Amino acid sequence: MKRLSPFIEWGTLLFCTGIVCFFLFVILYDIISRGAPSLSWEFVSSQPTNGMTKGGILPAILGTVLVTLTTAAVATPFGISCAIYLNEYAVDSWLTRLTRACIRNLSGVPSIIYGLFGLALFVQGLKMGTSLLSAGFTLGLLSLPYIITTTEEALRRIPASTREAALAVGATQFESIRDVVLPTALPGILTGVVLTLSRAAGETAPIMFTGVAFYINSPAGYLNQEFMSLPYHLYMLSTQHQSIEVVRPLAYGTALVLILVVFLLNITAFYIRYKHSKNGG
Amino acid sequence: MVDEQIILSAQQVNLWFGSKQILKNIDISFAKNSVTALIGPSGCGKSTLLRSFNRMHDLSPDARVEGQFLLDKQNLYAKDMSVTQLRRRVGMVFQKANPFPKSIYENINYGLKINGVPKSERDAIIEGALKESYIWDEVKDELNKPATRLSGGQQQRLCIARTVALRPEVILMDEPCSALDPLSTLKIEELIIKLKKDYTIIIVTHNMQQAQRVADKTVFMYMGEIIESGNTHDIFNNPNKELTNNYVKGKFG
Ligand SMILES: Nc1ncnc2c1ncn2[C@@H]1O[C@H](COP(=O)(O)OP(=O)(O)O)[C@@H](O)[C@H]1O
Ligand SMILES: [Mg+2]
Repeated sequence: MKRLSPFIEWGTLLFCTGIVCFFLFVILYDIISRGAPSLSWEFVSSQPTNGMTKGGILPAILGTVLVTLTTAAVATPFGISCAIYLNEYAVDSWLTRLTRACIRNLSGVPSIIYGLFGLALFVQGLKMGTSLLSAGFTLGLLSLPYIITTTEEALRRIPASTREAALAVGATQFESIRDVVLPTALPGILTGVVLTLSRAAGETAPIMFTGVAFYINSPAGYLNQEFMSLPYHLYMLSTQHQSIEVVRPLAYGTALVLILVVFLLNITAFYIRYKHSKNGG
Repeated sequence: MVDEQIILSAQQVNLWFGSKQILKNIDISFAKNSVTALIGPSGCGKSTLLRSFNRMHDLSPDARVEGQFLLDKQNLYAKDMSVTQLRRRVGMVFQKANPFPKSIYENINYGLKINGVPKSERDAIIEGALKESYIWDEVKDELNKPATRLSGGQQQRLCIARTVALRPEVILMDEPCSALDPLSTLKIEELIIKLKKDYTIIIVTHNMQQAQRVADKTVFMYMGEIIESGNTHDIFNNPNKELTNNYVKGKFG
């Protein structure tokens, strides 16, 4: 029995890993094999035409990229500052604990709720209308708790001796954070930010009420206007279009492009981490 | 006994972490250009005492320090004492070498920069500090290499260089050799003895031989109190107290 048990443990782990990889592989295979034929230079560089049955998805790509950049611009500075405050300055009081609990709970709120909140606050309350900016702000709110949590984890991994090294040569607490703690934690922080953004890039619900449109006439890229985006485009093509069968290849093409965009973001995060671990940073 | 100039002293020091008293009624003084060893069993408060001399406890909200600390007649904990200035004057070398995750050059340059040393003077100071810490020959061709690639002993000497570059008056060392091999330990001990000429050194150590090799004075602590202090030779060879005798003879620790 004793000799058998390591084999069983090992076997169970291998089996679970296998299952996960199997599904991942099936999904990727399905999307790539069906999406690749629609992929062409024209597909990623032109407007949709003929009621979406022909042409490309350039506005959706641009929209997704721009809304993700807006999200980053909103969520990154606030998220990182908030994490620095919580981890470096805030004393352990009931207020800090409450704040942390709220942040944890926020990351569990369904994304559709963020959509409704964004509609109420940005679109109507602040009169920003349904626009790329409103959607970006809403996605920013959605991303904040993740960025705060991952940044705080990255900061917590920096040992006290590193902070004390800076203090001991006469740095103020602020200088120690700015010059030593943050640069050391940067790879971890950036990885968290990029992974969070790649999740935001694929969200549909929060942008549905706040700015995304199935089709726009004007060229893409205006922050104060409605925009197209890859996940929403995919949703519409696969469920709401009047001739779903005709646009099915386009839907798969869109899915493939969305996956590529997200994959690119993930590769970036991986690269940052790799480069820094090599530099001994 | 020749006239000694006291550079750093602490009177009636009590220190609490929360409600737990860690240091009790400490009276201690350090003569200029001397090496003092702090010895005692783990947890007796050596690091805590050491860290009160450069106000490292300032950032722990539950630490409460009482007593009078004088650095060259100035009160360390006075309202008008700048803590960053103080830490430049009282440098610290830690138990585990903790170079900044930057280049060797930048490790020393950083302290100079934030203390406002003009850029034009820094290169010479950096070279001088590396020479003073006997690491120059090993690193002079690769000053831009990350400091984390150095060996443990080299890292610790770099940390000493980082400290002496600021021309402190006192250098605090908290078990600086505890993570090093015997050869690196020996190099650091030689360095300590040379540095004595220009600095006052307080070193915490668990190594009885090390205390006897480097220290002029030895202070024995037990459970947050100073049991006995005096010339190193006396403490190790004919201590006044039974407790000291038992400790230095290795009967507990
Ligand atoms: N930041 C802290 N908060 C609470 N207790 C502490 C803290 N630092 C040290 N202590 C306690 O103070 C006592 C003395 O610790 P320390 O000075 O590190 O001992 P030594 O360096 O002599 O081994 C120990 O009991 C330790 O648990
Ligand atoms: Mg200690």
